[in-house]
Amino acid sequence: MMEDLVSMHMELRQFYGPEDSSFLQWMRWEGLEVLPSELKKIASGTDCEELGAWMPLYSAVDVKDCMRKVQTLKYAEEACYNGTLVIKAFSSGLEIGTCNWTINGPKRNIAYISSSIFVSTHAMDFNFLGLQGNDLIIFSDFSTLDTTENMENDNTYCDPVTSSNASDDLYNLEEIAASLLKDDESMEEMEKLAFICTCAFDSVRAGGSVLVPIDRLGIVLCLLEQMSLLLESSSLKVPIYIISSVAEELLAFTNIIPEWLCKQRQEKLFSGEPLFAHVKLIKERKIHVFPAVHSVELLTNWQEPCVVFCPHWSLRLGPVVHLLRYWCSDPNSLLILESGDDANLALLPFKPMAMKVLQCSFLSGISLQKVQPLLKALQPKLLLFPKDLRCKIQISEANTIIHYSENETLCMPSSKESTEIDIATDLASQFHWKTLKQETVTRLDGELFMDQGKHRLLSGFRQADSKQHRPLLHWGSPDLKRLLTELSKMGITGTLKKNMDSAESKNAAGIIDIDDPEKALIDVRETGTVIITADENLASHIFKAIDIVLDGI
Amino acid sequence: MAIDCLVLGAGQEVGKSCMVVSINGKRIMFDCGMHMGYTDSRRYPDFSLISKTGDFDNALTCVIVTHFHLDHIGALPYFTEVCGYKGPIYMTYPTKALAPLMLEDYRKNMDRRGEDEQFTSDHIAECMKKVIPVNLKQTVQVDKDLQIRAYYAGHVIGAAMFYAKVGDAAMVYTGDYNMTPDRHLGAAQIDRLQLDLLITESTYATTIRDSRYGREREFLKAVHNCVAAGGKVLIPTFALGRAQELCILLEDYWERMNLKVPIYFSAGLTIQANMYYKMLINWTSQKIKETYATHNAFDFKNVRNFDRSLINAPGPCVLFATPGMIVGGFSLEVFMQWAPSENNLVTLPGYCVAGTIGHKLMSGKPTKIDLDKDTQINVRCQIHQLSFSPHTDAKGIMDLVKFLSPKHAILVHGEKPKMATLKERIQSELGIQCYCPANNETVTIPSTHYVKADASGTFIRSCLNPNFKFSTCSSTDKSYLDSNKSKAVSRLSVSDDRATEGILVVEKGKKAKVIHQDEFLHMLGEKKHEIQFAYCFPMHMARTEDLSSTSHMLCSFDKCTLISRLSMILSDELSEGNILDLGEELQVESFRVSVCSSDNCPHRLSSSLQNGSESVFFCCHWSVADEKLAWKIISIMKNSTL
Repeated sequence: MMEDLVSMHMELRQFYGPEDSSFLQWMRWEGLEVLPSELKKIASGTDCEELGAWMPLYSAVDVKDCMRKVQTLKYAEEACYNGTLVIKAFSSGLEIGTCNWTINGPKRNIAYISSSIFVSTHAMDFNFLGLQGNDLIIFSDFSTLDTTENMENDNTYCDPVTSSNASDDLYNLEEIAASLLKDDESMEEMEKLAFICTCAFDSVRAGGSVLVPIDRLGIVLCLLEQMSLLLESSSLKVPIYIISSVAEELLAFTNIIPEWLCKQRQEKLFSGEPLFAHVKLIKERKIHVFPAVHSVELLTNWQEPCVVFCPHWSLRLGPVVHLLRYWCSDPNSLLILESGDDANLALLPFKPMAMKVLQCSFLSGISLQKVQPLLKALQPKLLLFPKDLRCKIQISEANTIIHYSENETLCMPSSKESTEIDIATDLASQFHWKTLKQETVTRLDGELFMDQGKHRLLSGFRQADSKQHRPLLHWGSPDLKRLLTELSKMGITGTLKKNMDSAESKNAAGIIDIDDPEKALIDVRETGTVIITADENLASHIFKAIDIVLDGI
Repeated sequence: MAIDCLVLGAGQEVGKSCMVVSINGKRIMFDCGMHMGYTDSRRYPDFSLISKTGDFDNALTCVIVTHFHLDHIGALPYFTEVCGYKGPIYMTYPTKALAPLMLEDYRKNMDRRGEDEQFTSDHIAECMKKVIPVNLKQTVQVDKDLQIRAYYAGHVIGAAMFYAKVGDAAMVYTGDYNMTPDRHLGAAQIDRLQLDLLITESTYATTIRDSRYGREREFLKAVHNCVAAGGKVLIPTFALGRAQELCILLEDYWERMNLKVPIYFSAGLTIQANMYYKMLINWTSQKIKETYATHNAFDFKNVRNFDRSLINAPGPCVLFATPGMIVGGFSLEVFMQWAPSENNLVTLPGYCVAGTIGHKLMSGKPTKIDLDKDTQINVRCQIHQLSFSPHTDAKGIMDLVKFLSPKHAILVHGEKPKMATLKERIQSELGIQCYCPANNETVTIPSTHYVKADASGTFIRSCLNPNFKFSTCSSTDKSYLDSNKSKAVSRLSVSDDRATEGILVVEKGKKAKVIHQDEFLHMLGEKKHEIQFAYCFPMHMARTEDLSSTSHMLCSFDKCTLISRLSMILSDELSEGNILDLGEELQVESFRVSVCSSDNCPHRLSSSLQNGSESVFFCCHWSVADEKLAWKIISIMKNSTL
């Protein structure tokens, strides 16, 4: 799609602009910089949405370089970033390959919901069950922002009585899921397509042609199927042309991606039929695919009336511009536009227009009635909801809702105080446990790994028991008399020299003078003990003795 | 916790792959195959071992099928439609799409052989309805606890290795796989996973193969020679997989050599199979995938449908006929006609199940084959055995086992003596416990389990900072010798003791907690009591004149000189530890040494007094963690002269 845009843009520049591909001088907006601030603000727009937002289009090389950096994922494939974050995509149903994302980290699970369609006519359905179990949901479907739908009128999906009852959640979940997946919406979409087809059919019967600017790929593919079915059933021999530099590749591609399509299309794979009917239609020469409006094959094949699918929906780029100029004065011809964009503005250069214009709108997100039940099914602890949609819908769940708006940073309260750590049982069984007053404690061993967002303590490569177990940390103060006793048990004799200032401490300070088996000194103070000896063996025995009389780990 | 593996098929043999694994309360059946060498009850796995009452829905959590070969899926319609299993079945998209073709082709051939029907066309259709298709790497949540994931296995289109995880226990069942790419498929690919168990095929447990291109040339030359002499080539294959691979090979060769000899597909191998392949091109090798927009590699130009009337038509031809291994059906019918002529050629795959005609042709060079007591076939035709195979060789198996490093491995799908050899290799070379159970045996292995604890922020943060310790592993290190029989050499080893700074605290009725040792004393409300070692002793001096007179008043410059001399001695003699020269002090881990100028140093022992003129005192102190190191340094110091 990006390559197509670049090639159409190239064509535009060949006609209207300088041919060299260098950065256009005027787009540096140096002229804008020298304007007085007030004028500058007006020219560039308050949020830079006027001239300030103009920038040169990327090149084909940029597209290639950019795509090289992209790591592609399949639906529900786990991508692990840095061992810490597990990133997954779930189908959103809007288009082929569109998705909602989840990010699972050691501290929080986040789901991001974009424009989604529960039952799609072509793409894989909205997998909302895959988004369950996330404590934070960022709701980012703005498709209802411009609609005039009102929540209050139709409240059949959410019964306030059952929604407040939490005891039968499981039962509810199934019920909610069933209501969300009712395919009335996709039926409605199919009816819209059928209506468009009959309008188109009327036009061609009257001798006019039909022009369909390509907007959403999936809708175009469905329209292609229905349109050719309708034409086939009539006696009219009307050719369908698809004109785009990437059409051939795109049409071939849509037929090798069964894993990304809705159930009905997948069934076609299992019964050995092409996923989309255009494969057969191209073979039967009912659909003709050309790379450009000036292709020789197109010119020799051209026949009117006809139905043409071509880019670009802006009506400023691509083959559609030429064809619209050609047909705009023909009252029998028909232009099919998706509404939403300012149609008046789009058609301005072609006015006055005798050509008929059919504006249609397709479902492009979660309808208002389904927002509430969806959130109920997902049960997030925390919901981030657009401030702009606040007036459209009242979320009555007990969850914490935080409203967000553009260019604003929100700080979320932390959900978990501490991090969970998994300790392998085979490792834990080798720990040296010690019982204190209330608790049992042990020093950890092994190696800590961070994998799939989880901290794991596994036995390392070294054998845990090959290393001598020694407490490394001691606390309290040693009882010197007890220490002497322990030493004598080991065959070490010494005398206590309490030469320290006895006022300093009751029993902690002092020096033990050892003379058998070797000469040694033990200098005991309040905060520490120093063992002084020339003999390795004796040193380690004394350490053991002190370890016994002290608490240590 | 344990993992129980009940082998229902492919135990110490090839055929009817079927393994039932119980893992943390979940029970998964991997593959549900049939044995091509038997026509009696031994044809199917003994399902009664799963559940005596036949209540398979409660006995199994799910069934996972790795690929569409009959020895992996052949018993599935029987299991679901006749035995009545109604639970979920998982397989990849291509397997779900192509399995019915294989099953249908097989069923028709059985019909022709006059055997009693085990399942019908409707059974196959009903069975396939229960199948949930999965994509590669897609993490499928079968239920709350069981997670499965498919990985690319090569072998045939859609073949997958399956990863299954329940709680903390995880395993991989490979099915059949190929570690090297072939004409149309890529090599097996899998992530590095933490596994308790790996169940792997071992068809070529002892074979090591070189490049496949030479072997492909051999095959093409054999076919070319035969058709050039006017002979007919029979390639018995199953409907899918090998047929497409060889066809790509022949198609390519035909184009290059400009051959016009017809290539036929018999009825079972409908051109329709290629329709599926065209849609599933994303599951083939990178090279084929890239060309989909311009030319789909499965659009064969030279391939035509075969008609029975062409069997005895004059002139050369190449025919792909089902079923493979000449089990019966059409390939047998053609074989009977073509075998008596020495002009003709029959190519056989690298592996044929015992009991099939293919197997008989491969073992020795028979001139006559008895089909039954009335029919005898004269075999004068040439036999070519394909020496390339879609299975991994022994090196590939070893590579995979080493890469995954599971705690345990089980070998299936191979020949008993060869498997035993491989098992020995895995145990001795990789140190991984390995089993090759026979059919209807159960292997039980322990599984990983984790206990959960909350870790404090301080501990986690301290773990984020590396705390490496470098030491030289001496060649006598016992643990090193144990794990590796090869010659042990002294090498640098890196250890990281971050985790040992953590302390696990378990209090009654509370969740276990991991805290950093610094936090620990605070929690107890106690003060740290540090135990240190200290020792102040004299070291010999080489020359006395410059220092002896002023030994009591060593200036700092002299101290630094002494310390740097000492540093040089230590770095020569000491193989471990990081020696830091801090000017007036030398530090090796926690061991610190400095020149001692005080006569009343408390760390001196009176008995160690010597004539002070030729020596200088060094005062050392260290903590228990570096005890061994400290004594080593002291002994070096005592035995050297500054």
